[in-house]
Parts: sequence; C-alpha cells; structure tokens
Amino acid sequence: MMATLTGAPPGTAPAQLQKAGPPRGPSRRAGGLGRIVGYLLLVVVALAVMIPFAWMISSSLKNNNQVFTVPIKWIPEELKLSNYTEIWSRIPLLTYLRNSAFLAVTITFLQVLTGSFAAYGFTKVRFPGRDALFLAYIATIAVPWQAYMIPQYIMMRKAGLTNTHLALILLQAFSAFGVFLMRQYYQSVPDEIVEAARIDGLSEWAIYRRIMLPLSVPAIASLSLLTFVNTWNDYMGPFIYLTDNKLWTVQLGLRSFVGQY
Amino acid sequence: MATATATPAGTRSKKPAGTYSNKRQVRRNTLIGWSFLLPNFLGFALLTLVPVVATFGIAFTEWDSYSTPEFLGLDNFERLLTDNNFRTALLNTLYYAAGHIPITLAVSLGLALLLNRKLRGVNFFRTAAFFPYITSIVAVAVVWNMLFNPSQGPVNQLLTGLGIDNPPGWTSSPQWAMPAVIITSVWRDMGYYMILFLAGLQTVPPELYEAAKMDGANAWQRFRNVTLPSLRPTTFFVLMMLTIGSFKVFDLIVVMTDGGPGRSTLVLSQLIYREGIVNGRFGYSSAISLVLFVLVLGVSILQYRRNQKLEA
Repeated sequence: MMATLTGAPPGTAPAQLQKAGPPRGPSRRAGGLGRIVGYLLLVVVALAVMIPFAWMISSSLKNNNQVFTVPIKWIPEELKLSNYTEIWSRIPLLTYLRNSAFLAVTITFLQVLTGSFAAYGFTKVRFPGRDALFLAYIATIAVPWQAYMIPQYIMMRKAGLTNTHLALILLQAFSAFGVFLMRQYYQSVPDEIVEAARIDGLSEWAIYRRIMLPLSVPAIASLSLLTFVNTWNDYMGPFIYLTDNKLWTVQLGLRSFVGQY
Repeated sequence: MATATATPAGTRSKKPAGTYSNKRQVRRNTLIGWSFLLPNFLGFALLTLVPVVATFGIAFTEWDSYSTPEFLGLDNFERLLTDNNFRTALLNTLYYAAGHIPITLAVSLGLALLLNRKLRGVNFFRTAAFFPYITSIVAVAVVWNMLFNPSQGPVNQLLTGLGIDNPPGWTSSPQWAMPAVIITSVWRDMGYYMILFLAGLQTVPPELYEAAKMDGANAWQRFRNVTLPSLRPTTFFVLMMLTIGSFKVFDLIVVMTDGGPGRSTLVLSQLIYREGIVNGRFGYSSAISLVLFVLVLGVSILQYRRNQKLEA
C-alpha cells in the first residue's frame, strides 16, 4: 500500500524527475486543434471554479434584496461595505478568530513535533515489533473517524474534557497520518548520513535534532500546511465538542450566523 | 530500506543503520526507538487505538448515556434491520458514494491530463482548481445553497436560459437534494485529487509514449494502454481515499441540508452523531459505527484485491 503513495508530497519525488530528457507527457507537442480544445476546456473549468467565488464577493457587497436578481448583476448598483463592518458587531467574530487560530497553531505544532519524532523512530532506529506497530498506525488511517467518535466522546466526557479546547487539541495532535507522511520523507534520507553521525558519536536525539529536522524542512512545511488548513476548516470536531459560544471557532460562528440572518 | 554497500569491508559502517548485533544492542535500540515513538504513541493509543477497539465492545451493549453498559448480544443489530432511519441513511450513503466517487475520479483525472500539458497559464489553472479545497466548508455550503436557490439562484437561471422550463428544486426537493450535495462535493474535491493525479503523471516514462507513437497508437490508445496502466498505483490510492471520504461524509451535509428535506440526505455518520451524541444511545450508535466500519473495510478490500489482480 505504501508504494502506491505517489501523491504524497516531497520525499516521494521519483528519481526520474531529475533525469534530463525529452519533455514529458503525452501531448506536449499537441497540434493546433488539440491546443484550442484544451484551452476551451480549461476556461470552462476555471469559470466553474471561479464563478461561485465571484458571486460570493459580489453578493457580499449587496443589500439582501439585491442578492437574487434576474438577470444577475455582477457589479452591485451601490457598493455596500457595511456587511463587512456589521458582522463584527453582530457576532463575536474576533473571539472566534482567536479560538480558531489558537487551535490550529497548537495542533499543527504538536502534530509536527510528535509526528516527526515518531517517524524518526520508525525509520532510522531498528527494534523488534517496529513494523507491526507501524502497520497498526496505517490501519487506523483507513478507519473513518465517524466509526470511533462515540467511544472517544465517552472517554472525553468521563475525563470532563467536553466543551474544552483541550479535547480538540488531544483529539487531533497525535495523527497517524502525520507520522506516515513524515516517515515517507525520512525514508528518502540515506541511512549512511545517520550512520556517519553515529560513528562521530552523536546520540540518536542529537541526530534527529541536528540532522533529520533541518533536512526535513520541506516535509514539515507540507505537513504543517495540511494540518493547519484542516484544523482551521474543521467543522465536525468543534461542532461535537464545543457547546459554549465563547469557545467556538470561526466555522461554528459563521454557521450560526447564517442560521440567524 | 537502503543498505550501505559502497563502504570498504572491515569498517563498522558496513551495516545498515540501526542494525542490532547482540542482545544488549537490541535492548538499547528498543529503548531508544520507543523514546521517539512515545509522545505520539501515547496520544495515538489512548485516543485512536482504544476507541477503535472499544467500538466493537460497545456495539453489543445497551448503554444509555448515564446508566452502566449492559451486554445485549446482537440485539442492536436486529434493531438496525427494522430501523427506517438506518435504512434510509445506509441507502443515502451508498447513493452519495456512487455519485461522488466516479464523478470526482473522472473529473480530477481529466483535469490532471489537461493540466499536464505545456499550456500557457497552466500554473494559474492548477492553483485555481485547488482553491475550493482549501475554502471553509461552511462558506462552500452557504454559497452553493444560494446558487442552488430554486426560484432565483444562478444555477436555475442558467438552466432556464438554456431552455429548461422546469428546473430542479435542488436542496429544497427530496429528489434533487442529494445530486446538489454531490455536485458541490465534486466541485470541492476535484482540485485535491487532481494534484495527486498530476504527481502520478510525472512518473510515467516518456519513452513509453514514444514507443507507442512509433507503433502507430492514436491518442486514445496511448491513454488506454500507456497512461492508465502506469497510473494504476495513483488511481488505486485516489480510489481508496475517495471511498473512505465518501462513506464518512458529514460536514458538507450537516451544513448544506442537515439531512433534509425530510430524510432525503440523511447519511450514516450523521445518524451515528444523532443517536450517540444527541440522544446518548451509545450502544446503538456504536452498532451503526460498526456497520460503517465494515462497509468501508469491505469496499477497501475489494478494491485492494482488484488492484492486486490487475497488477499481477
């Protein structure tokens, strides 16, 4: 299953990429007609992607009664910027933003830290039972969260952690996916480097800290980005765990705002 | 794992990193290894592994919020058979998966093929296609709900403009709510899977295309006989991710339709949430979880088998 992960970011970049050679891909020298059709398709797709965004921005500058007009007016007759100022007074948007930022930063930091640490243990240190344990990690990636969220919820409630940010941090800070991603990258670092450091007398922790960590900046960046976006946009976790308005994230706040107005 | 082969014989470095030669070294390595795993493993074991295993136990009990769990055997599963909500949710989940998986697969592969060419502005298009994926699900749901507005929404205006007299009611009609959700989810996910396919396309050796061209294969034959087989590992991975993602769909549905109108978009994970966390029926909702788990596992195994067969 691991070999199939061509999609995983850095580290997995195939060796062929570095090979100098003829341009890649099937239709690099596509003829005139193919080119035109290609561009046409691209324009259609780009429109399909961008129009909802454009519509959102355009609507955000309109009065409620102008949002739905036949035909659509893309440029509002009078620009109404008050939507943007009003939302701050209608809901505690600043609190929501702060909560979201706090959760996303904390979770990302913990996930990268514990994930890369564990990945080092899984790639560069050999001990009995290691690979079986890693398989357990992989297996849980395939289990949908919804299938075990009830026992998790019960545990959190027993621990008195529901309706706290700590619950969400604990829930998302130790992801098997993070370990997996970092391991993919560490595998591309030659063992010889680590071995040389060992001979020079560096301890394993020092090797991790002084060699692996600096080498894996690209992998850390992509894991951070993925984790940050995911936790920032996460709806279900906060939806289940946070009942107190003061603890809500932007996503929950927006949702309730949409419900009210 | 790479082994050091180039080092001169007789030096200590001829062994691969971390190899152990005696018992003391094994013990030492085990301690060191675990010291690296521990911070992550503690959290992982307590908050993922234990709950996964616990689901299997709780599903066979009657456990209502504050009472103590009581072993029931298969009663929960018998109840599932007669539960209309469960049947609807199961069928809806399958419906969603049957729509979302193939369409997303086709669209993202098509996009990747299109964007793997040397065209002007390719980077702009790649970024644009990825945009919906990083947009908050709430914003996506809100905007599409408005676009799908039955009387004045732009989607129906467009359809009317194209000469369709009676455009669908989308999220306000039981028949069209699920298609509306599927369209939105494909729109959201296609960019992400496109990136995965693009990475896969980079690994296809260009010599194969050259050879196929020399043999007189046309574009379709090259796609069918070179691109598709070379992409198989990527396709397999994408298919797995899509399957897992489709069966557990929750947030998009909660925000867009909340299962409605009626129960027309109620899905399994939403039912798990309602039964378990809202109604506090832990035993029963765990039974539903188990069904979801087995469903995902079953489909994954089927796909894995098929992949193995094709690879052989």
